Amino acid sequence: MTAPAADPLKGYTGLARRKLGEWGVKVWSDVRLVNDRGSVFEGVILPRSGNYDDLHLVIKLKNGYNVGLHVDRVVSVTEVGYKEAIYKIPEKAFPSRPDLPSVTLLGTGGTIASRLDYRTGAVIPAFTPGELYGAVPELADICNLTTKKIFGIFSENMAMEQYITLAKAIGEEIANGAQGIVIGHGTDTMGHTAAILSFMVQDSPVPIVLVGSQRSSDRPSSDAALNLIHSIRTAAYGDIAEVMICMFGPTSDRYALLHRGTRCRKMHSSYRSTFRTVGAIPLAMVSRDSFNYLTTDYAKRDPARRVRVDPVYNDRTTILYYYPGMHPDLVDALVEKGYKGIVIAGTGLGHVNKPLYPALQRAVAAGVHIVMTVQTLWGYVQMYVYDTGRDLLDLGVVPLENMLPETALMKLSWVLGHTDDHAEVMRMMRTPISHDITPREPHNGYLIMQGGLPETEAFIQQHWK
Amino acid sequence: MTDGTLDYAAVGFICGLEVHQQLLTAHKMFCRCPAGRYTETHDGTVFRHMRPTLSELGEYDGTALMEFKTRKNIVYLLNKENVCTYEMDDTPPFLVNQQAVDIAIEQCVMLGCDIVDEVHIARKQYLDGSIPTGFQRTAIVGVNGTIPFRGRALSVTQVSVEEDSCREVRDEGHLIIWRTDRLGMPLIETVTGPELRTPEEVEEAILLIGRVCRSTGHVRVGLGASRQDVNVSVRGGRRVEIKGVPKASWAPRLVHGEAVRQVNLLALRDELHRRGFADAASIAIEHADVTDLFAASELATLRRDAWERWVSEEDRRPGFELGAGPFCVRAVRLPRLAGTLAWPSQPEHTFAHELAGRVRVIAGLDQPPILFHSEKWPDHRGALAELRHVRARLHCAAEDAVVVVWGPTEDTLTAADEIRLRYVDATQGIPNETRQPFVDGSTDFERILPGPDRMYPDTDSPPSRVTRERVERLSTGLPERPWDREARYAAVRVPRGTIHFLIRRGGARLVDRVVAEAGADLRRACFFFGERVKGLRRNGVAVQAVPPERWVELFRLAGERPILWENWGRLVRRMAAAPDTPVAEIVAAEGLGVAPKAWKASVPAQWEAAAAVAADGDRERVARLLIGRLLEDLRGKVAVADVAAAVDREMQAKGDGR
Repeated sequence: MTAPAADPLKGYTGLARRKLGEWGVKVWSDVRLVNDRGSVFEGVILPRSGNYDDLHLVIKLKNGYNVGLHVDRVVSVTEVGYKEAIYKIPEKAFPSRPDLPSVTLLGTGGTIASRLDYRTGAVIPAFTPGELYGAVPELADICNLTTKKIFGIFSENMAMEQYITLAKAIGEEIANGAQGIVIGHGTDTMGHTAAILSFMVQDSPVPIVLVGSQRSSDRPSSDAALNLIHSIRTAAYGDIAEVMICMFGPTSDRYALLHRGTRCRKMHSSYRSTFRTVGAIPLAMVSRDSFNYLTTDYAKRDPARRVRVDPVYNDRTTILYYYPGMHPDLVDALVEKGYKGIVIAGTGLGHVNKPLYPALQRAVAAGVHIVMTVQTLWGYVQMYVYDTGRDLLDLGVVPLENMLPETALMKLSWVLGHTDDHAEVMRMMRTPISHDITPREPHNGYLIMQGGLPETEAFIQQHWK
Repeated sequence: MTDGTLDYAAVGFICGLEVHQQLLTAHKMFCRCPAGRYTETHDGTVFRHMRPTLSELGEYDGTALMEFKTRKNIVYLLNKENVCTYEMDDTPPFLVNQQAVDIAIEQCVMLGCDIVDEVHIARKQYLDGSIPTGFQRTAIVGVNGTIPFRGRALSVTQVSVEEDSCREVRDEGHLIIWRTDRLGMPLIETVTGPELRTPEEVEEAILLIGRVCRSTGHVRVGLGASRQDVNVSVRGGRRVEIKGVPKASWAPRLVHGEAVRQVNLLALRDELHRRGFADAASIAIEHADVTDLFAASELATLRRDAWERWVSEEDRRPGFELGAGPFCVRAVRLPRLAGTLAWPSQPEHTFAHELAGRVRVIAGLDQPPILFHSEKWPDHRGALAELRHVRARLHCAAEDAVVVVWGPTEDTLTAADEIRLRYVDATQGIPNETRQPFVDGSTDFERILPGPDRMYPDTDSPPSRVTRERVERLSTGLPERPWDREARYAAVRVPRGTIHFLIRRGGARLVDRVVAEAGADLRRACFFFGERVKGLRRNGVAVQAVPPERWVELFRLAGERPILWENWGRLVRRMAAAPDTPVAEIVAAEGLGVAPKAWKASVPAQWEAAAAVAADGDRERVARLLIGRLLEDLRGKVAVADVAAAVDREMQAKGDGR
């Protein structure tokens, strides 16, 4: 986040900027403005998004509406005052109670807590415990909360440096006695971060919960507050000491699901219930007052366990999402540019076309580590069924069973932070650390209900969406 | 105080309107769902809550906080026919429907408004659940308009285009259920200045704005397509919004009732001040759990067993309709406030109703009669003893009043505080609030009136530019303004009721078309469409099936052969039955407009037949009978006067012959 510029004509360019200068008014000026039809507009001049044209000024009328006025139609402007908006959630000291567990909330950004950016008109993150308490006072009944803002970035800007910093911060908080960690994170790449943390932070004694929101907290219908409540409850009282994602189960305000960090994916660009466990079932349901564990196969909370933080990363890695007719020079280009690891998201059971083979062979010979996952997301790589698969195996492409492509990318980056030895890389890749590969897929691990079918319609009639 | 009659000028009555009118677009405003497709069933449900958020200027809106206090559980009923994931707030808005913006611009031009240069979408917060996002997307399109009204100018402060809200299915306790079909349909809100001076003017202004909107033919008509919020205040009072008045004819009684209410509540304020209650600090209530005092009461409502039975019969579910905590009867002592509960408010109502409205909406306690109080205590056996016990428990003095509420404990606590807050408001006069109208002319509390703090720019939508060229293009196709048309029609002595009907129902467009294209007489055309065709439609003739071109043909033919007007009814019935057939063909097939050969020659013989029926030999009667018989066939073929003349000649001949 950059600090707001001190430009008194924020966002205005060209003609509009010149006119504002001539009239001697600026952003936040309270004005009385008359146009060429004699219409009077009284209100505050707002900053303008830098992406918009340079012909209009935006004024917030006394009734709260904003309108844009063409500067050429403005006949007179009188400044009657100055009214800078201070958009701030009322900050109240987060109360402390000795009988409640301590939870640390690490902030990375995202829409879990946010406010308006006048320059772009977009929503930017805002985050302090006081603000959170002001917005979601229920949190004080759950735990004693400490917050630390690690970064303030959108999740698409998370990368190697942030992963390493975050993993170290988690280790420090655990060392400092946090009984649970919550990480506020944008949802776009929350799955990636959950996966890398599953490798970088192992044997945690306490829950590590990533949370975000699909509707920003500047909306009354936001899922942010409930997600915060669910995730903080999980960190404070949950029994699962793993890296998890905690987000809405259904789109209704009913309960959240806890998804394992290595097996979870954002599956809808905007639904609240966007995160789904793939190839397995979620770990638990969390509501305001209960946990419903769906499995016993998890690492239990254990204050005696010693966390191992292993924050290494090599970002010369990529996902090659195969498509029919892909040219082999794409692979050559990656090698040429120094990429050390390639995760192929192959078709079907893990395939690419024949013209790619020589390029893959050249890459392997050049010391690039190539692994195979499936772009179907559900199911295992099985390269023995068809000749093409066997040929790829012969080339040195290593199958990763049912590891998700993004999880494989994160793991390969982490592994390459340790070693460049091909055999060791492949041993580590194929050895599950946190259910990144599972030995078996239960039949309810793949359930995408098809809408329109009578039985599905009957089901969704009877359950909250 | 007033006994119910008012001198509106003397009390400083002022009133302004917010007229909502749905626009006739194919799709909704921010998604691609069909507009205007209503359903009464659902195939999916969503459960949500709302939380207040800060305005752009960093303030919480009072209404938002109040609505949060109500802890409403909100359920949305979905039907795939008419909603997508946008309406359920799981998909961001698509770009605004420009057809809706165009129609809104047209409306602004009709209302004499100045069109803004850039339309900015704002979010207007509503936490009652009526919109799943928690806000309505709305934008000002025009400002600074005027329309002629009763010889003066009624100002149109602003016109905004916005998405319609959900339809309420039911509201019980803490649960409110909404149907989403209407949600997202575009509408315009026309806001007038507070310039209406009497209840009659209010009704007239609603009808006038309705005529302006409908005259373009680009708005929806029918039940629910237009609704108005009526803002009322009297001198010293504050703006109160009567929300969603479905018919103009309801308005006079409603606004009268509100004016009476404000006058009475101002008098109550003065009385409170006399007693030393001037601010929040001066209103100190006390309350206590008195459940035990009613454990064996004959007033079943206040007994736990009856409550539990009611909860079960009404299917009040924990976490949905039912509030938190065990059953509790709570008595509230109002020190030195005796006499205020029976203080008159709106006609037939007292201040206790004001308290009940708040308790119902905010505390979610809605079992009738919502509260009991010491100034209208029930009269069951033992009632007075019970009241004495309550007063003793609360250490009431004679000048204290008592209110009793009951229900889940938490809600009774909210109710007690709400009663206090309503008295605090009463010390200041009239609280700004939104009130719900009823058919009997009364209103009830709906919510605190929101202020500008509930507005927030919609960060999901870019602004839309409105160039002057676009305004020009949209202006050229517009019909004449209703008042100009009204003056033109009135000049040829068409009655006002007929004119308004023609404008409202689209007949005026046909009138002007037949005048322009078939050279029709304006007055005749007005009566034809505004009276005759209307009458046929009321009798079930499908005149709406007749396309405009056919009406032009009719007027053209009738212009050449005016005799056709004498059988217009038959002709129009045939046109309605065969709207694809050219009118000339119908006329030919019916033999209209042309006198049958030798019709005169048949008159003597027909006279004899008629005379045989009218046996008394009265020639005048025979003549009348014969004219009627002849016209059954000859109407529209031979002028009635010619038929009468022929019969008269025959009568004279018969007379001479005798």
